Amino acid sequence: MTRPVVFTLASRILHWTMAALIIAMLFIGVAMVASLSNYHRLVSIHQPIGIAILALAAIRLINRLFNPPPPLPADMPRLQKLAAKASHVALYGLMFALPLVGWAMLSAGDYPIDLFGSWALPRLLSPDPMLHAWLRRVHGVLAYGLFAAFLLHLAAALLHGLILRDGVFGSMATLSFRRRVPQNSRS
Amino acid sequence: MTSDRTGEAGRLPKRAIALRLGAIAATLCATTAAFAYAGGWLSPGALTPARIVDTFERINGRHDGFRRNHAKGVCVSGVFQSSGAAAPLSKASVFRAGETPVTGRFALAGGRPYAADATATVRSLALRFQLPGGEEWRTGMNDIPVFPVSTPAAFQEQLIASAPDPATGKPDPARMAAFFAAHPESAKAVALIKARVVMSGFADDTFNSLNAFRFRNDDGAVSSVRWAVVPIPTGTVGEPAPADDKNGLFEALIKRVNADGAPARWRLVVTVGAPEDPTNDATLPWPAGRRTVDAGTLVIDHVEGEAEGRCRDVNFDPLILPAGIEPSDDPLLSARSAAYARSFTRREGEPKAASAVATLTGGTR
Repeated sequence: MTRPVVFTLASRILHWTMAALIIAMLFIGVAMVASLSNYHRLVSIHQPIGIAILALAAIRLINRLFNPPPPLPADMPRLQKLAAKASHVALYGLMFALPLVGWAMLSAGDYPIDLFGSWALPRLLSPDPMLHAWLRRVHGVLAYGLFAAFLLHLAAALLHGLILRDGVFGSMATLSFRRRVPQNSRS
Repeated sequence: MTSDRTGEAGRLPKRAIALRLGAIAATLCATTAAFAYAGGWLSPGALTPARIVDTFERINGRHDGFRRNHAKGVCVSGVFQSSGAAAPLSKASVFRAGETPVTGRFALAGGRPYAADATATVRSLALRFQLPGGEEWRTGMNDIPVFPVSTPAAFQEQLIASAPDPATGKPDPARMAAFFAAHPESAKAVALIKARVVMSGFADDTFNSLNAFRFRNDDGAVSSVRWAVVPIPTGTVGEPAPADDKNGLFEALIKRVNADGAPARWRLVVTVGAPEDPTNDATLPWPAGRRTVDAGTLVIDHVEGEAEGRCRDVNFDPLILPAGIEPSDDPLLSARSAAYARSFTRREGEPKAASAVATLTGGTR
């Protein structure tokens, strides 16, 4: 008898790639708004990485439909399962919302949406000053929200890995290429 | 790490649980501290874009909906007719022979949107070239030969030192002297600025990029450049606007371009720096006699008030550049980009008041 206990390799690659990009983006974003000398350098990488995260988030959502995550431990309290579910909905929502709000905010501010070289994206909205200012605030608030969600996610992961030791941490943090581990081979 | 679903929590001694909980808490604290450090919360004295914009607001008062600097202005539109002569220097499509639509803004330096025009006030021209494929080139130029400071920190110091003393309404000479003593490069630059010939109006003024940039051509070769728009025909030396005409400079431009139907023209002149020319210090002029390239003609054939011309809600960030034009190592460029963005977001969210110079209502205030 087998049961999926780890995320598929594709899911893990997507997770860790996006983890690196999102954490980098949170730090780039908070640093650039306070920086004079590095502002331009940071903005120039913030925009393409943001669009990359948006594309990866879409791929990841599709991947999730085909490769659903392993179930949470059966003996996990209902409230904890609910919290896990809610925090993942928040993480997924923010992965889409932040780049989209950023793109819309630049559009409303009448900025070109430069990516690489002479590549630019179309504007999502027509220029609108008040909307630009509002979206700029929303972008900041959501970014702090994503940082908070990331901290919670990190705390929960470490709690599973170090204290509960219920296999949840290992289901994502493993280098195993096996998708299913025979039930009886586990200690 | 292998999977482990046997629920061994009970087997961990209490001490180990406490230790591990401590390690988790420490990880979260360290992550949060790093985030706070990156965001500048641990260095409250540092100069930030917000602080520069705050300083403008403190000195000039806050004028909702207006730019924090170069607050008084009008919108313009026209076309750039590229000669193709700069194409060997830069691969930007704007330099291929042909036409690119241009909008822009003439303004006076300073953060007071209803200040009276004065002959000695620095004039600026900001331009926005809309290239095919969504690319843009935005540039903000001034009618001074060099910039008065070379770093963002010196800019902030100068702003504070030159703020009017509430008692006299004029800058405190002692503070200005102290600033120039600390910044001899600024003393030299201001001497050059004061010695400039003041032209009679916007249409016959020369506007300089001041900061250096880099042009990159199709072969990847990079040149250090500064650019200027130089009036055709060469401008006439100015006489002071009449004292009772507080919008005289703008009205003269509107009359000439709109009423008399005489488009104003400039040559876009690119100066190519020698390897030894400073690119990181806008207070220093480049030696005369450097190679110049006449990139084409800028034609301004329409002037409008700020609201109707839709230049008020545009950030003329000098680092919005097409492929083929790149920032130099001048530290002012990134700082301008950062401070403009902050000023832009603030004013965009504020209620808008009528600008001093309007064309739709035909009136000025």
